[in-house]
Amino acid sequence: MYIIIVGGGRLGYNLLKALLNEGHEVLLLEKDARICRTIIEEMGSVCYRGDGCEAAILDEVGTGRADMMVAVTGDDEDNLVACQVAKHKHNVPRTIARIRNPQNAALFKKLGIDVTVSTTDLILETIEREVPTHPLTQLMALDEKGLVIVDVKISPESATVGKTVKDLSLPKESKLALVIPNQGNAHVPAANTVLRAGDQIIAVTSPESKEALQIALRGV
Amino acid sequence: MGCGRVGARLASLLDEDGHEVTVLDNDTYSFRRLPSSFGGTALFGNGINEEALKKAGIEEADVFVALTQGDNRNVMSCQIAKHIFNVPRVMCRIYDPLREEMYSALGLETISPTKVFAQLLREKLEG
Repeated sequence: MYIIIVGGGRLGYNLLKALLNEGHEVLLLEKDARICRTIIEEMGSVCYRGDGCEAAILDEVGTGRADMMVAVTGDDEDNLVACQVAKHKHNVPRTIARIRNPQNAALFKKLGIDVTVSTTDLILETIEREVPTHPLTQLMALDEKGLVIVDVKISPESATVGKTVKDLSLPKESKLALVIPNQGNAHVPAANTVLRAGDQIIAVTSPESKEALQIALRGV
Repeated sequence: MGCGRVGARLASLLDEDGHEVTVLDNDTYSFRRLPSSFGGTALFGNGINEEALKKAGIEEADVFVALTQGDNRNVMSCQIAKHIFNVPRVMCRIYDPLREEMYSALGLETISPTKVFAQLLREKLEG
């Protein structure tokens, strides 16, 4: 697969390395001559100096036959334009843009960028998962279905401890998929399953009902 | 969006004509370019941020013009104005003629000062 990366920062550099290791044909576009030189000295001629948003530069590196463009500069607007030029001028079938402002995900999707990766969201989610008192963590987004998979912890203070699943007033967009108790095996909850302190609940919900689900499981 | 020389001048001209004008810039120092007679609003904010655009009143705007130094910032903010906020008229300055052609083909109303000025000089010199 021929993959073009735009932006030779830490992310672009490591992505280049990883994709080369997987045996792909990869070219990194970077505006800064010094960064280019460093990469070429280390990895050979896999880096080209130029602005990845410029149609002429993209022409020079044969973007027309690229299977994928990944734009990972630090500026959302540059990543957007690089992907749009690749898509509309060079018919690149798959474009991936890094975004720093999570709000831009909807805009980029609307403008035809195939995949957006919000580095801010990823870092936030990872940190939240590590905060022991955080009651709800998003594990995964099922974008096409408009659903998310979340992990909710039942704390000893929750009013729902000792109650059964059928007593909960769950939002109708939410379904409990799995209960992982402190001890013992994970099980699929039934209507008469009793919640215990320390239970970890895996649930599927619409993003809008996340809050309501958390409140229902806390019971206040 | 963008209170550079062109932005500030356009804002004050439209203000003189009696329009309701808001200028957005992410550097308040740029507002020094507005004449003291300017009766519109000068607002600090980043034009590629939806919240800042809302604060500037983009939901009620009839026209949005992007005039920052960055082609990509202009392109992005104009696409937000057009596709997210449905502003009836959106104009975008794009220095790079190739990029300008592409976004014009994609339906943005664009002007490339590079192209226009080169053309103007040619006419002056040859005419």
